[in-house]
Amino acid sequence: MTTTSSTLPLPVSFSLDPRLQRPLIILLALAAPLLALAFGKSWVRVLDFALLYVLLAIGLNLVVGFAGLLDLGYIAFYAVGAYTWAFLASPHFGIHLPFWIVLPLGAAFAGLAGIALGFPTLRLRGDYLAIVTLGFGEIIRIFMNNLNQPINITNGPQGIDQIDPLTIAGIDLSRDLDLFGVQVPSLLLYYYAFFGCVVFALILVRRLQISRIGRAWAAIRDDELAAKAIGIDTRMMKLLAFALGATFGGVSGGLFAAFQGFVSPESFSLMESIVVLTMVVLGGMGNLAGVVVGAIMLTALPELLRHFAVPMQMALFGKTLLDPEVLRMLLLSLAMIVMMLVRPAGLLPARTRYAHREGRNA
Amino acid sequence: METFLQQMLNGLVSGSIYALVALGYTMVYGILGLINFAHGELLMIGALVALQTISLLSSAVPGLHPAVLLLAGVATAVPVCMAVGYLIERIGYRRLRNAPRLAPLITAIGVSFLLQTLAMIIWGREFHVFPQLIDTAPMQPMAGVVVSPLQIFTIVVAFTLMGALMLLVNKTRLGRAMRATAENHRVAGLMGINANGVIAATFIIGSGLAALAGVLFASNYAIAHYAMGFTPGLKAFTAAVLGGIGNLPGAMVGGLVLGLVESFGAGYIEHLSFGFLNSSYQDIFAFMILGAVLIFRPSGLLGERVADRA
Repeated sequence: MTTTSSTLPLPVSFSLDPRLQRPLIILLALAAPLLALAFGKSWVRVLDFALLYVLLAIGLNLVVGFAGLLDLGYIAFYAVGAYTWAFLASPHFGIHLPFWIVLPLGAAFAGLAGIALGFPTLRLRGDYLAIVTLGFGEIIRIFMNNLNQPINITNGPQGIDQIDPLTIAGIDLSRDLDLFGVQVPSLLLYYYAFFGCVVFALILVRRLQISRIGRAWAAIRDDELAAKAIGIDTRMMKLLAFALGATFGGVSGGLFAAFQGFVSPESFSLMESIVVLTMVVLGGMGNLAGVVVGAIMLTALPELLRHFAVPMQMALFGKTLLDPEVLRMLLLSLAMIVMMLVRPAGLLPARTRYAHREGRNA
Repeated sequence: METFLQQMLNGLVSGSIYALVALGYTMVYGILGLINFAHGELLMIGALVALQTISLLSSAVPGLHPAVLLLAGVATAVPVCMAVGYLIERIGYRRLRNAPRLAPLITAIGVSFLLQTLAMIIWGREFHVFPQLIDTAPMQPMAGVVVSPLQIFTIVVAFTLMGALMLLVNKTRLGRAMRATAENHRVAGLMGINANGVIAATFIIGSGLAALAGVLFASNYAIAHYAMGFTPGLKAFTAAVLGGIGNLPGAMVGGLVLGLVESFGAGYIEHLSFGFLNSSYQDIFAFMILGAVLIFRPSGLLGERVADRA
């Protein structure tokens, strides 16, 4: 396995002036929901979700891609963030705190959960972390499902509804905004709010990646023993990656709760963890652009399957043999296997300035 | 006291099934150092294939003896699972044997979900009733304790299989080759052992055990469906870690201990938590044990220290 990416040609070669690339992408991202609006509001909704998934994938990439730790219960941190928001900003307990209190609290709780989970497991081999996080995801779900008695905390499988929307500077994002006579739909408002979060996250994570911490993570990922030998506090660094990744999950969870207005244990199944993991793996572990592309591709996938795969099957066989949900699971699992076997570095492999060596069973 | 004995019996039944599955995890781990996440799905495939055979056969030839049906179910489930196990190793893992640690783990997750999805396509999403081929009429050997022939059968079969596996590993040529490969597969290769063959054999044996465990599991719970492998798989892994992963007797002990803890836990959790938690929390015991073992004794009850191998 040679993943020294300098030898791999990038799958997409831009002939564009590289200085124009970034402004163009930003412009495209800003215009995307307006274009989507032309096809119907449901597509804007898909875009909103895509951004939430991008945020999640950026967080998981921090853990899996940068530090090389496999987290299979990532969605549990998303759940922690979402339920924090639901508890502190809904009629369920009658508490209505503003977002600038709830969101950091959700992030902090998720981060703490990450530390609590990482502390015992991170000194062990990565495999254990994978299983323990998997188990943690299930525990959180069991608690969400059952903590409606004897004291009703989570409202059980019914979930919590009527959650307060995101309100920034007095603007309620769940209502269409009347901007100088132009009606701006709520979905667009959410899009730009999420977009702001994603940009902020991208800048933050990018700065982290090229910092001392990011290099320490890369060193641990590539050869933990060597990293230890050159004086990196590997356990602390892994814990940091894990907690930071969890924090991202918590923030996206809070945003999800506000956007949906409703949370239930169903949204936080293991399948969701796997979906986010596939986004990271598909796009290219450790590469931010790849992760963003992976997240957008996989969020759009079920919609595309609904619109194209079903009519195609109808035309070919006269009935729907595989419904879109099954087809999606099939494609996701195949994507994971095939990517690892054929192109383990992802569609857009990470470009590292530091020559790193892989292929040895450390 | 009656509750105590009853819970102990229930624990032994589920524990012996966990132990069978845990053996598969621990054998593969011992040789490859890989956690085969897809192992739990083999239990599911075993149960569903057996169910398919049984229902086909009983509708084709009505009035067959239940034992014949069960044997036919097992006789198809075991080879099918062995073939699936072999294919997983051959296609999924063999090429990644020298890849960075993350790659085979991710492949394993993918394989696990692929198998679940395929099972969902073949057998649908619904729960299937698994026929009670072995008498489940409760008997009362003593006041307050209920045991069925099925439960006794489960325990006996599981222990027989474990004994047979121990004999295979400790007394036969193949077993010696497996132990040598686990020690160091390059050196084993130099000694004239076909390491690839041995690894394939390990997967095949583990898959066969998982198939039998699947039939036992489905018989005991009278149910089979496409996602049934996940939870027992996770618990069996916990059992393997509890006993010391890579260690065969450890997996058996771990499985039984886990089964007992779970059963006692479910029986007494209401008292222990002052009525706050009820038996729907049964599943969290396995994970709590897993966490506790990893914190306090990562090498497991019977294991050597393998955990810090980075």
